[in-house]
Amino acid sequence: MKKLRVSIVDDDSGRSIILDKALDDAGYEVISVLSSKDNLLMHIEKEQPDVIIVDLESPSRDSLESMRIVNQHNPKPVVMFTNDSDHSMISEAINAGVSAYVVDGFNESRIKPIMDVAIARFREMQALRTELEKTKNSLEERKLIDKAKGIVMQQRQCSEDDAYKILRNLSMENNKRLVDVAEQLITITDALKK
Amino acid sequence: MSADNMAKDDKPEKAELTIGFIPLTDCASLAVAKEKGFFAKYGLDVHLSREASWANIRDKLAYGVLDCAQMLATMPITSTLGAGSWKINTVTSLVLGVNGNAITVSTKLYQELKNINPDFDSKRPVTAETLKQLIALKKDKGEDLLTFAHVFSTSTHNYFLRYWLASAGIDPDNDVRLIVIPPQQMVNNLEQNIVDGYCVGEPWNQYAVSHGIGHVLITSYEIWNNAPDKVLGVNKDWAYQHPNTHKAVLKALIDAASWIDKAENRVETAEIVAMEQYIHVPVEIILPSLTGQYKYHHDAETESLPDFHVFFKYAASFPWYSHASWYISQMIRWGDLPNSLDIKNIIRDIFWVDTYRLVAEEMGIDFPLANTKPEGQHSSDWEIESNQGALLMSADQFFDHHSDE
Repeated sequence: MKKLRVSIVDDDSGRSIILDKALDDAGYEVISVLSSKDNLLMHIEKEQPDVIIVDLESPSRDSLESMRIVNQHNPKPVVMFTNDSDHSMISEAINAGVSAYVVDGFNESRIKPIMDVAIARFREMQALRTELEKTKNSLEERKLIDKAKGIVMQQRQCSEDDAYKILRNLSMENNKRLVDVAEQLITITDALKK
Repeated sequence: MSADNMAKDDKPEKAELTIGFIPLTDCASLAVAKEKGFFAKYGLDVHLSREASWANIRDKLAYGVLDCAQMLATMPITSTLGAGSWKINTVTSLVLGVNGNAITVSTKLYQELKNINPDFDSKRPVTAETLKQLIALKKDKGEDLLTFAHVFSTSTHNYFLRYWLASAGIDPDNDVRLIVIPPQQMVNNLEQNIVDGYCVGEPWNQYAVSHGIGHVLITSYEIWNNAPDKVLGVNKDWAYQHPNTHKAVLKALIDAASWIDKAENRVETAEIVAMEQYIHVPVEIILPSLTGQYKYHHDAETESLPDFHVFFKYAASFPWYSHASWYISQMIRWGDLPNSLDIKNIIRDIFWVDTYRLVAEEMGIDFPLANTKPEGQHSSDWEIESNQGALLMSADQFFDHHSDE
């Protein structure tokens, strides 16, 4: 199996060496170790890591977050780590949901399962988001088709079933998706009303 | 007044607090409240926690690691509405400072602008018209886009930069590249020409100017006079659970802000925020903006900008609805918020003007009776009705003369 490619963002070079080794032992390929002084955006755009691992206390968090927002089509999981056990509340918060996860310390035997969980959860969230987007779209489509049906029913004085059949026939004859036919019909009807 | 002789039912529910801040000059009222004993005066034992990122400020406040935090004026809105992150009801009753930012460009970009029009910055406020010409020339030659930086996805700096660029017809999403970098890395990135310009708070503009690395084109004061930049943010639930603590924090910060706004205290304020536990830079870098002896260029004369930072006067601490409304309008304009929002109700939920008034009343200080003021209509001092008669207000113009009317 291809190794997952990881970029580390940490200003503490001593610690990032340990982390680098721990990740390597756990079967990841560390492709870069960056600090907040580096041109982070350029590195990450160029290197395209599969995962970014960042110190919770790195000033680069805001940069990474802006990249996630900008790069909505291809977001990367960002795993945050902290050595500080006081951050249990943050860890709880982040586990509850959005885009980032916390590794407590660098115990080698712990790193792999945590990274695996983080990446799996990131993928789940992505899938969920795509699913939501689809559901939203299909809801929008249903609404358009219902509206078009209403127009046909009114103009032809026919039943809902018949209106649906008319739209479906139009769709097949013109080799267009039902929702596209519906949208076209609504646009034309609206234009004629003006 | 000490905690002992405060009325019993005014006693803070929680006396030991952690308040988060970002090392920027306008964290001054927090630093001064701690160092000059204003927190102690109201029975509070405050630990000021220097935070590395605005994302950390937001997350740690959201989950109770911080009790209160210095936030960008836009953050209580984005946190409450879940723009860019999770939703968590956040409120503010106090503006920690107005103005305080500038747009700085690299020496290289400045020279390129001069080459097109030697007089492009002879008249203030400087527009982005010449920059637009330069962008068109670069496009014709097939050169890379210019890169401008700000500090957080939904920062006040982002909206100031976009407003200034767009007013000259520059599309901030397509004609330039906008990126986020931490404030303390701005100068370094400018020097290496990784970025061509940035909008950031002090001391990072005066730092670039004093080292001959950058030129200030326009201050945020010039873009919109006396706009709020930082606020004290707290969780709505926290505010409900700790009304007395909240009031005590507000009082200490109002005392500090009023102390800082006395001209004779500005040098000491600079000495405090320059300290290791705050910004940790030489005090000479902090002094220009705090004392209003500001430089646009390394080799230029110092200019008097007494209102570069305002902490208390002109009702600067009051969380005006009209200020919030402008930021929300910009967030909608650039697609960071949907345009179907019930803006009035949102603002009323987030900007707790009545808590400010309650605190001001107890302190015997003046507060405005209105929640909203006209924006973009005053170019000099004016007065607004207050509980004690009238409050002195100052300019509220936009550089492009946009107005509410």
